Amino acid sequence: MQTDVLIIGAGATGTGIARDLALRGVHCVVTESGDINAGASGGNHGLLHSGGRYVSNDTEAARECHEENLLLKRLAPQCVEDCGGLFVAVQGDDENFIADYPGWCAKAGVPVKTIDPDLAREMEPVLSDKLIAAYEVADASIDPFKLSLENMAHAKALTGSTLLRRTAVIGFDIEAGRIVRVQLVNTVTGEKSSIEATQIVNAAGAWTDRVAAMAGADISMLYSQGTLLVTHERMTDRVVNRLRPPGDGDILVPGGTVSILGTTSVTIPNPDLARPTVAEVDVNVRQGAGMIPSLMDTRYVRAYCGVRPLISAGGGDGRSVSRGFALFDHEDANLSNFCSVAGGKLTTFRMMAEKTADLVCRRLGNTKPSLTVSEPLPEASACEWTEPGRAPKLWAARHDSGDELLCECEMVPASAVDEIIHSCRDEFPDPGLQALGKRSRIGKGSCQGAFCGVRVAAHLYENGQMDSRQGLVKMREFFEERFKGQRPALWNAQLVQAELAEALHCGLLGLELVNPDDPQEVE
Amino acid sequence: MTPSTNLTCDLAIVGTGIAGMAAAVFARKQGLSVVQAGSTGAISYTSGVFDVLGAIPASGKDDGIRTIHQPFAGIPALLEAFPGHPYGKISPEDIRCAFHDLIEFLRYAGVSYQAGSDRNYRVISPAGTLKHTWCVPKTVLPGCIALEEKTPTLILGFKGLKGFSARQVVANLKEFWPGLRAERIEFPGFESGELYTEQLARTLETPDARQRLAEAIAPLLSDARAVGMPAVMGMHRPIKVAQDLAMRLGVPVFEVPTMPPGVPGIRLKEAFEDKLPEIGVDLFCQQQISGTIPASDSPFTLRITGQPVEREVRANHVLLASGRFLGGGLAGSLDGIAETVFDLDVVQPETRSNWYQVDYFDPRGHAIHTTGLQTDDKFRPLDENNAPVHPRLFAAGSILAHQDWIRMKCGAGVAIATAYAAVEAIAKP
Ligand SMILES: Cc1cc2nc3c(=O)[nH]c(=O)nc-3n(C[C@H](O)[C@H](O)[C@H](O)COP(=O)(O)OP(=O)(O)OC[C@H]3O[C@@H](n4cnc5c(N)ncnc54)[C@H](O)[C@@H]3O)c2cc1C
Repeated sequence: MQTDVLIIGAGATGTGIARDLALRGVHCVVTESGDINAGASGGNHGLLHSGGRYVSNDTEAARECHEENLLLKRLAPQCVEDCGGLFVAVQGDDENFIADYPGWCAKAGVPVKTIDPDLAREMEPVLSDKLIAAYEVADASIDPFKLSLENMAHAKALTGSTLLRRTAVIGFDIEAGRIVRVQLVNTVTGEKSSIEATQIVNAAGAWTDRVAAMAGADISMLYSQGTLLVTHERMTDRVVNRLRPPGDGDILVPGGTVSILGTTSVTIPNPDLARPTVAEVDVNVRQGAGMIPSLMDTRYVRAYCGVRPLISAGGGDGRSVSRGFALFDHEDANLSNFCSVAGGKLTTFRMMAEKTADLVCRRLGNTKPSLTVSEPLPEASACEWTEPGRAPKLWAARHDSGDELLCECEMVPASAVDEIIHSCRDEFPDPGLQALGKRSRIGKGSCQGAFCGVRVAAHLYENGQMDSRQGLVKMREFFEERFKGQRPALWNAQLVQAELAEALHCGLLGLELVNPDDPQEVE
Repeated sequence: MTPSTNLTCDLAIVGTGIAGMAAAVFARKQGLSVVQAGSTGAISYTSGVFDVLGAIPASGKDDGIRTIHQPFAGIPALLEAFPGHPYGKISPEDIRCAFHDLIEFLRYAGVSYQAGSDRNYRVISPAGTLKHTWCVPKTVLPGCIALEEKTPTLILGFKGLKGFSARQVVANLKEFWPGLRAERIEFPGFESGELYTEQLARTLETPDARQRLAEAIAPLLSDARAVGMPAVMGMHRPIKVAQDLAMRLGVPVFEVPTMPPGVPGIRLKEAFEDKLPEIGVDLFCQQQISGTIPASDSPFTLRITGQPVEREVRANHVLLASGRFLGGGLAGSLDGIAETVFDLDVVQPETRSNWYQVDYFDPRGHAIHTTGLQTDDKFRPLDENNAPVHPRLFAAGSILAHQDWIRMKCGAGVAIATAYAAVEAIAKP
C-alpha cells in the first residue's frame, strides 16, 4: 500500500491532521491500533476550554484554548454545545486566588465576568449554598467522537483518505535518514503488512514516545491518568469549575443528557494499563460534592479514564506540566520524513493539526495554506447517532411501528443499527457490538449495555451479520468492556442494575462458561 | 393506630421473592399463622427454571469453572471449595423434600414443574447456550428431551419480539444438533409493531389464538418432530396451552426462556399472589415492612407501610427473606454494604475496591455476591460475637452469605431449601 502521508493514531489530532492535509489536496492513510478515539480523545472530559482553567498557571495554553474555542464554536457548531461556564468558590477556598483570578484572565486575554454568588445559584440551583464567589466564562462542551468521525469523513470525501482500524505500527524500515516502509500488524488477526509513505506523522497520543523510539527518536513523556464519572442525568446547564488551582474532581461538564465529573491526575508507568479505579472515583465524588453537594448521592452510570499525553521537560507531576503542545521534526535524530506531535488539549487539536500539516507540506513541497481556520467542518450524517439526546428526537421523527427499539435507555432503533452497519461497510466489514457502540449511544444509558447488548446481538444474528459461536465471544467482549467503566461506580442504584445484568449474562445465559473452541460439553 | 389494623401471627415473613413465597407455603403446611409483606422481589426476573447446583466457580484465577451435571452428588465438592455455603447446613434429602412440597403447591396453583432425578436438565437459553438446571416448568421439559435425543426440531421466533433470535439459538447449537432449524413468523393478530411476551402469553389463553398460531406454524414444520418458541404459552394454565398447541400441530411444543422479566417468572409471581391467600397467608405485596429487634423474650412488632392503611404486626418469629440488592434486602453505598431492615451485620470485603474482580467474566466470580448474612445452623443471623441476634429471628434465600447464586447456579435451590430449613427450625424448635 502507498500514500502521501501516513498518520499514526486516530484521535482528535491524527484525524484533524488528515482533514487539514486533505484540504490541501494531500492523500492520507490514518492507522490506528484500536478504533477511532481509542486514546485520550475517547477518554476526556469533553470540555471545550475557554482557557479559564489555565489562566493561573499556564498563560500560553489559556490563550490558545480561548482562540480555538471561538473558532470551533463557529466552524464545527454541530460538535459543540455552547452552554457557557462558571468558576465558583466555596467557603474555605483560597481568598487570594479568588481575588487574583480576573487579573490572570485579563493577562491571558480570556474574557470573564464577575457575578453575584446568589445569581450563580439561581442559574445553577444545584450549587452549594456555601458559595462565596462566581465568575462566568465562555466554556462549552464538545463531542469528541463526532469531531473525530467528521474530521475523518471530510478527509475521505476530499481526497479518498482512509482509516485503518485495529492496525498498529510495529516498526520502521529506515534507509539513509528516511523511513522507507512502515510495518503494521492487524491487532485482531495478527496479520502483518507494510505501507510506504512520503511523510510519516506520529500522533499517537500517550504512545507518541514509543512510536518515536521505534524510529530511533527520543521524546520524554509523562503518562497522567485521569478518571471521570458519568452521571445518570444532566445536573447543570453550564460547565461548572471549582475556582482553585487545578485539582481532583473540580469540573462538572454537561454532555447532552448527562454530566461528566472529573478528573484525577495519577501518573502511571504504562499507558496500556490505564483503568478507572474505585479510589479515584471516590476522590472525584467527595471533592465534587464541596461545590455541588448532590454529587454525593446522585446516580453515576459509569466511570472511564484517559491518559494525558504530556511532554515532560524533566520533573514535575501531571498537574504542573504544561498543556501546551510540542511538534518534533526529528531532524536531530537524522530523519527527514518523520515528525511527532503531542501534548496540548482536545480544545487545541486544530491548531496542533495545522502546525503539523504546515511542516509536512513544507517537506512535501506543497505550498497551499491551511484552510481549517476558515472552512467549516461539514456534518456527516453517519455520525448522528453518537449525540446524546439526539437519538430520541430522530427516533420520534422517523418512527415507524415496525422499527424495534433495541436500546431502550438511549432510544436506538433497529433501523439505526442497520444504517450504521450499512454506512460503515467498507470501514468495518465485520461489525461487532463494540464498533456499533462507538458509533451510536448503544450501551451508554443506565443499563450500560446489559440489555441492549443482548438485543443487538439477537438482531445481528437475525440479519445474518453473526452466524456462529463467535457472536457469543463478541457479546462477552462487549460486556467485559462496558464493565471496565462500571466496576468503580457500582453502589446504590447502579449496583442493583449490575446485579440484574450479571443475573442475565451469567445466571441465565451462562456467558462466563462460553468457550468458542470447545462447543459445550455434549455427550 | 386502630385495633382493626393490628395483626398477630406465629411468623412474619419479610420478602416476596422465591424464598419468602416458599417459606409461606412451608409454614402453612406446618400449621403456622403467617403474615407476609415485601416489595416486588426479583421473582418476575427469574427465568422460571429452578437451579440446585450447576457450576463450581474457580478457586484460583487460572482454574477453570467446573460444570456440575449431578447437583446433589456435586454438593460435597462445592462445600469443599466454599465451606460456608448454606447447603452445608441442610441435608440433600431435605432439599429434595423442600422441592417436593413446593412443586406440589405450584401444581395446585396451575404451574407444573418437573424435577430431575440425579442429573441436571439442559435447557436451551435464548442466546443458544445451555443452562444446567434441576427442576423445569413442564412447558420447558420437551425441549430438554428434544436436545437429549437430537430430535429434528424447529425453533420459532416472532417478528417484533426483540431480544430473541431463533437463528441465534440455531447458530450456536447446530454443531451438535444437526436437525435444528430456525424460522421467524408474524404472530397472528400482531403483524406489526413491537411484541411483548406477557401480552402474547395472555393472548394464547384463548383457543382461537392457539388455532391461528398453529395454522401459521404448520406449513413450516416439514420434518421437525418438536417445536420450540419463546416462553409465551399462557399465563395461568401454561401446560394446557402447550398441550393444546401440541395436539393441533401433532408434535410436542416447548418454551425457551426469554430475557427478564419473562413470562415464566411472572407466572410464578401471579401463582403465589393468587394462591397463598387461599391457603391462609396474610399477604401484602408491594409493601414495605420495618421494625426493630426486641428483647429476646419479647415478640416482634413490625409495621407494614406503603398503602392507605398502615398495619402493625405482632409476630413471634420473623423470617428475613428480603433478597440481595435487586430485592432490596442489601444496599451498597460508598461506605459499604448494609442490611436494610434490621441493620444486621453483613459479611463483606474490607473495601469497595474488593467488591468486584477486575474482569467481568472472571472464573472466580465477584466477592460482592458472596457477601450477606452469616447464620447459625438453624439459619439465625449472627451478631459480631457470633451469637444469634435474636432467638426467633431467621434468614433465608439469597441474602445469606457465602453463596453466589449467579455463578453457582443455585439460586432457587438456596432459596427453597433454606426457607424449608428455617421453617422446620421454627415449627419444631
Ligand atoms: C482525563 C482527561 C480529561 C481531559 N479533558 C479534556 C477536556 O475537557 N478538554 C480538552 O480540550 N482536553 C482534555 N483532555 C486532553 C485531550 O483529551 C487530549 O489532549 C487529546 O484527546 C489528545 O488527542 P490525540 O489525538 O493527540 O491523542 P489520542 O486521542 O490519545 O490518540 C492517539 C491514538 O494513537 C493510537 N496509537 C498509539 N500507538 C499506536 C501505534 N503503534 N499504531 C497505531 N496507532 C497507535 C492510540 O490507540 C490512540 O487512539 C483530557 C485528557 C484526559 C486524559
